[in-house]
Amino acid sequence: MRRILAILLENEPGSLSRIVGLFSQRAFNIESLTVAPTEDQSLSRITIATNGDDRVLEQIVKQVNKLIDVIKITDITDRQHLERELLLIKVLAMNDKSRTEVKRITDIFRGAIVDIGKQVYTIQLTGDADKLNAFIETLANETEIIESVRSGCVGIARGEKALRA
Amino acid sequence: MTAQQFNGAEMVVKALSALDVKYIFGYPGGSVLDIYDAIFQQEEVEHILVRHEQAATHMADGYARATGEVGVVLATSGPGATNCITGIATAYMDSIPMVVLAGQVATSLIGDDAFQETDIVGCSRPIVKHSFNCRNLEDIPNVIAKAFYIAKTGRPGPVVVELPKDMLIPQNKGKFHIETDVKMRSYNPTVKGHPKQIRKAVKTIKNAERLVVYSGGGIVLADASHLLTELVERLNAPCTNTLMGLGGISGTHENFIGMLGMHGSLEANKAMANADVILALGARFDDRVTNNVKKFCPNATIIHVDIDPTSISKTINAHVPVVGLIDIVIQQLIDELNNIEFAINKDKNNVWWEQINQWRAENSVSYVQDDGKIKPQRVIEAMYEITNGEAYVCSDVGQHQMFAAQYYPFARPRQWINSGGLGTMGFGLPAAMGVKLAFPDSHVICVTGDGSIQMNIQELSTCLQYNLPVVIISLNNRSLGMVRQWQDMIYGGRHSSSYMESLPDFTKLAEAYGHVGIKIDHIEELDSKLQQAFSIKNRLVFVDILVDEKEHVYPMQIRHGAVDDMWIRKGEKA
Repeated sequence: MRRILAILLENEPGSLSRIVGLFSQRAFNIESLTVAPTEDQSLSRITIATNGDDRVLEQIVKQVNKLIDVIKITDITDRQHLERELLLIKVLAMNDKSRTEVKRITDIFRGAIVDIGKQVYTIQLTGDADKLNAFIETLANETEIIESVRSGCVGIARGEKALRA
Repeated sequence: MTAQQFNGAEMVVKALSALDVKYIFGYPGGSVLDIYDAIFQQEEVEHILVRHEQAATHMADGYARATGEVGVVLATSGPGATNCITGIATAYMDSIPMVVLAGQVATSLIGDDAFQETDIVGCSRPIVKHSFNCRNLEDIPNVIAKAFYIAKTGRPGPVVVELPKDMLIPQNKGKFHIETDVKMRSYNPTVKGHPKQIRKAVKTIKNAERLVVYSGGGIVLADASHLLTELVERLNAPCTNTLMGLGGISGTHENFIGMLGMHGSLEANKAMANADVILALGARFDDRVTNNVKKFCPNATIIHVDIDPTSISKTINAHVPVVGLIDIVIQQLIDELNNIEFAINKDKNNVWWEQINQWRAENSVSYVQDDGKIKPQRVIEAMYEITNGEAYVCSDVGQHQMFAAQYYPFARPRQWINSGGLGTMGFGLPAAMGVKLAFPDSHVICVTGDGSIQMNIQELSTCLQYNLPVVIISLNNRSLGMVRQWQDMIYGGRHSSSYMESLPDFTKLAEAYGHVGIKIDHIEELDSKLQQAFSIKNRLVFVDILVDEKEHVYPMQIRHGAVDDMWIRKGEKA
């Protein structure tokens, strides 16, 4: 089962490698991982998308929490939360027909064409993983995908709940 | 007036001194020569020069296990640091407080594949509790203070501190400031058990008909043996110890039913398999205890107390988890038992003990003295008799380790010192040296074999230099006994690479290092020559005992079976 874990940790050299090392050392999965400093520069925030049964998940949360650098970890999957991922995708847009179709699909998904080349459009889209997957699939039916990059998801709980030091 | 200025090397030594460090174990080299120069110019911290850095880690480890203090290692960058890896992993697996100070090339050279450069923080990451890179001279004292704090609190473990050369050189100076009272926002180990869980645990214990207390190394680490004993007596429960937990309750206590697990006693493993409630205290349901987890004690309600939440429900699901320091939690349990005015149900307790005593009567930990050969078990028994059961026993890894665990009942915690989790051959001698340094007036034995002793035999030289007269009891069976046993039992008797056909003359080797060598190859002379060995007080004695090479360690769990599926003797199942 897919889970979204939010981690707050000290922004120290090596703290990310401890997280990544832990996952490989104990044979846990990482579907995606994003990391950046928070508004407090001494802290980093990581979102990890992973999967495993309840027992594996319990171990992941405990093992991550055990790392000295980690301040907090929560599994936000089961509570109300927002999940977003950024996609940048470059597709072939050679003629009027394909340009129109790509623009139409992009509008429907509320994406934006953010760069244009002689024969390509570069599109930006945010959303959860399902939406991004659907968009990529739709585009692939209409034109050729040249290149794509996804940020991996970031997540935050809805409402008053907050992950703070 | 400006405050006094110190260079980084001086700060390292001043910090160690401020943390009451008496000994550091190490080996010099280019990147740490400034620290060695600083050590030379003071008298508070004594440096013990080993012959190989792995031995430095095991010495520090043995010292830490015997005293409860943090063991400290100093190694140079590159090979010096990588030689520490096995010792760090050994300490990590057994939760031993240790700080390893590792040199590093100058920060300007890091990443250039400079001479003797290794990313030791990266190399050791999976086997440390934490590690630090020092990138600022004035941070050194507080980084070391934090390393000590992390190493010894919560679930103890090794911490690596990397010190680049340019942080240590005399030209760079700064102010010395150290906070020995460490506080960290990201690290606050749970201390007390949750009151609700304590009540739940006691309720479960109260309703138990066949309770077993299963305790591990956590009891030893927390010096909680008196509390464990009090609890066991209060409940009149049978108590079994893991290999790491031996001495947690006295080996001669009537409630002690022996070690459990792979080479545990029949009564211990049977009691576990038949228990309706298992109270696990500072133990981690290691695979050498559980055997097949799918068949492990299916009818038992498991209460699991541990300082480390990851240990709980990792391999075996705990019905009542309690996170906290073991001594505090046991006291909480005793208080709650008193609170509910707990009284033992004498009838049910008697029935349970009658059953256990039947298993005990099988006398599963026994051997047959059938011919003139020296049985390894008899050597341990003789060793026990001569030392009145009071010696520190440091073991290497193999058959001799199991015989020592089975035939030397330990009266107190920290008396039995062995590499249980990692199973590191070569651990025994340097660990014994660390213990002897801490307790020079006690008998300190290194129980070893002809395989293990050769993995750190160079330390015989260190023993002479620092006058560490440990007694080495080598159960020499001319083979890698445990490997050979498995080959006999599982691999059709094909002894692939388990012979040692070119053994040195160990007594002469000991003499060459300046020690006393005694060889025993007749059973009639065993007691008298052992007496002689232990009567020599101020010199290291290497006792090379030619034991029966065909002897196997029994009892032994049957692979993939339940906890109580065992071979009692050759060809005889429980």
